[in-house]
Amino acid sequence: MAKANMTPTKQPMPEQDPMVRRNNLKEVALGYTEEMAVEEATRCIGCKNKPCVEGCPVLVDIPAFIELVKERKFKEAYLTIVATNSLPAVCGRVCPQETQCEAKCVRGAKGEPVAIGRLERFCADWYMSNIEEEFEKPVSNGHKVAVIGAGPAGLTCAGDLAKLGYQVTMFEAFHLAGGVLMYGIPEFRLPKAIVQKEIKGLIQLGVEIKTNMVAGKVATIDELFEQGYEAIFLGTGAGLPMFMNIPGENYNGVFSANEYLTRVNLMKCYADGFDTPIFKAKKVAVVGGGNVAMDAARCAQRMGADEVYIVYRRSEVELPARVEEVHHAKEEGIIFKLLCNPVKVNADEKGWVKSMDCIEMELGEPDASGRRRPIPKPGSDFTIDVDAVIMALGTNPNPLLRSVTPALQTNKWGCIVADEKTGLTSIEGVYAGGDAVTGAATVILAMGAGKDAAAAMDKYIQSKAK
Amino acid sequence: MYRIVKKQVLNPQVVLMEIEAPAVAAKCQPGQFTVLRVNEQGERIPLTVADFDREKGTVTIIFQIVGKTTMLLADQEEGGFITDFVGPLGRASELEGLKKVAVIGGGLGCAIAYPQAKALHEMGAEVDVVAGFRDKDLIILQDEMKAACTNYYLMTDDGSAGEHGFVTNKLESLLKAGNQYDVVIAIGPMIMMKFVCAVTKPFNQKTIVSMNTIMVDGTGMCGCCRLTVGGETKFACVDGPDFDGHLVDFEEAMRRSKMYLDQEKAAIEEYKKSHECNLMKGVK
Repeated sequence: MAKANMTPTKQPMPEQDPMVRRNNLKEVALGYTEEMAVEEATRCIGCKNKPCVEGCPVLVDIPAFIELVKERKFKEAYLTIVATNSLPAVCGRVCPQETQCEAKCVRGAKGEPVAIGRLERFCADWYMSNIEEEFEKPVSNGHKVAVIGAGPAGLTCAGDLAKLGYQVTMFEAFHLAGGVLMYGIPEFRLPKAIVQKEIKGLIQLGVEIKTNMVAGKVATIDELFEQGYEAIFLGTGAGLPMFMNIPGENYNGVFSANEYLTRVNLMKCYADGFDTPIFKAKKVAVVGGGNVAMDAARCAQRMGADEVYIVYRRSEVELPARVEEVHHAKEEGIIFKLLCNPVKVNADEKGWVKSMDCIEMELGEPDASGRRRPIPKPGSDFTIDVDAVIMALGTNPNPLLRSVTPALQTNKWGCIVADEKTGLTSIEGVYAGGDAVTGAATVILAMGAGKDAAAAMDKYIQSKAK
Repeated sequence: MYRIVKKQVLNPQVVLMEIEAPAVAAKCQPGQFTVLRVNEQGERIPLTVADFDREKGTVTIIFQIVGKTTMLLADQEEGGFITDFVGPLGRASELEGLKKVAVIGGGLGCAIAYPQAKALHEMGAEVDVVAGFRDKDLIILQDEMKAACTNYYLMTDDGSAGEHGFVTNKLESLLKAGNQYDVVIAIGPMIMMKFVCAVTKPFNQKTIVSMNTIMVDGTGMCGCCRLTVGGETKFACVDGPDFDGHLVDFEEAMRRSKMYLDQEKAAIEEYKKSHECNLMKGVK
């Protein structure tokens, strides 16, 4: 084996200039060239233990695909990834590699880990633009399964089952498949054409996607079984937005991040010829510190706001968003008001938001989450002038399906109770995974759960068939 | 794609369409709604189910031409298609066990109130319908309503048909005459529902209203349909659309319904312009 490249830092990712990109919706990170990818791949020392693989929720054989990149066998590298990960172009972009595969990379002990995420993205993009896709529809095994919700968990589960020969039907409530990949994550982080291309791949595998189908409304779990589906996967996500329950939250100009992002991403309110309106705010406060808050803030900027604030009650180190997203947001001029919590939204005489009262916070003892609890500083109240407030406080699982399925056990937060390894719920033949089970989490964890459930559903159906 | 099986202009502002949507038709109940998109670039708008035919697999919607999307929808022809039609959404109206009901419909609200009156009438309940319109040219569903109730009272603002006055005048006189209803169901513009509630409140008369708010997804995801009911925030799409009218904060709801008024006006102007241009193209 050639001697590893011992450069301590990753090949930098080419990016759009921050002052340019804050005014457009095009992708921020532009992706490696072939040369950059090969160069970065040589930083992998191909260690025996492969700790990176353990860090991956879907167990991509990372050293193997990187070795193939080194050899410029990009197609083979891609095929190695898709053997376990059905959405590499998505994962290469939105996975928190820094806490997963790259966190375990031995190169990270001295300097930066290998840029596994960027290499994954490179392989997926290279394949999409260079290879005429050659999907072979798997031989049918004669069994029917239903997947409810076409987000990351459902798409992964459907893909795996289709590859095993199952006839998979997906039920999606929106008019497009993709779930949070379509309505939540903005174009500049995850181009929608890429999501749709990944979905097209599933359709070519024989997966049928029925859009405009709200499970629980058009069909209950029992009815799906009656229709001949032998097992059902619930990947219904966590779509119910939380609000703070502070005074003034229903004034005109206060939005959930879900609403704001859906108008931008799914409904393309900004694009010529599209009809969905968006409120053109000048000064926006986004409340929250996660990836969704960063996405909402950066969207608001791109929709023409002059000033956008992130208002978060803890300090910078506790921000739940990826470091890269925080960095990008700052580069684009988003103003961070940390250790600061809203207490009231104020409006003009017609009920339109004009400002938000906040209070400064300080950090006390760690709470149940292990993070230091923020405590209001008495007398530190202040007001920021804004004409829009976007609440990005997190989401809870949607109660729609469970409300018509009494046998489906849920916990006190409304999350579906499912076996950690198999995703099996309290109903035989019904499996669940992703945010519907965990509450709002990451794309890749949802995909991992979809994958585990697919394996368990296969085992269940095969054991019943015997 | 969802086929427009039938299109009927009920008055210059109100259009009826029967849409082929078997999955929705199989399950929908009075009080529920649908969300539709006319084309790939369209916005999602909620429309209440006006009628349904489970055997034919069709759902009837009746809508008023108020904005660009409803203009565009009204311009679609019988036999044509709309891109998306999802439902049934929201909770069905709770009609079971009701013996005597007043159904108050204001303008287009009559279309939304019709399936409830019909269901109640079929259940054998005594149904008083009070239907109000601005003038005689705007009257819709008169025959249908008459066939679905015990007493039909027609009101017009200008007295050009039926009795001169508002639905609230008639309702008040019915209540004053000693009529007691299990429930008054009021459906119409928010301002009308607000005044109906003001009339029924002193009589301690239970009143249910149907809140037609702005929505995006209609499944509890966006929260833009939220309103305050009894001091609590509720989502019209999943907690409603029916609510106890005496608990609804109508001022807030009316204000929130104006959220995109400026953009809507601009969109209407633009649509009218481009529409004229298209018409002119055909002229040689």
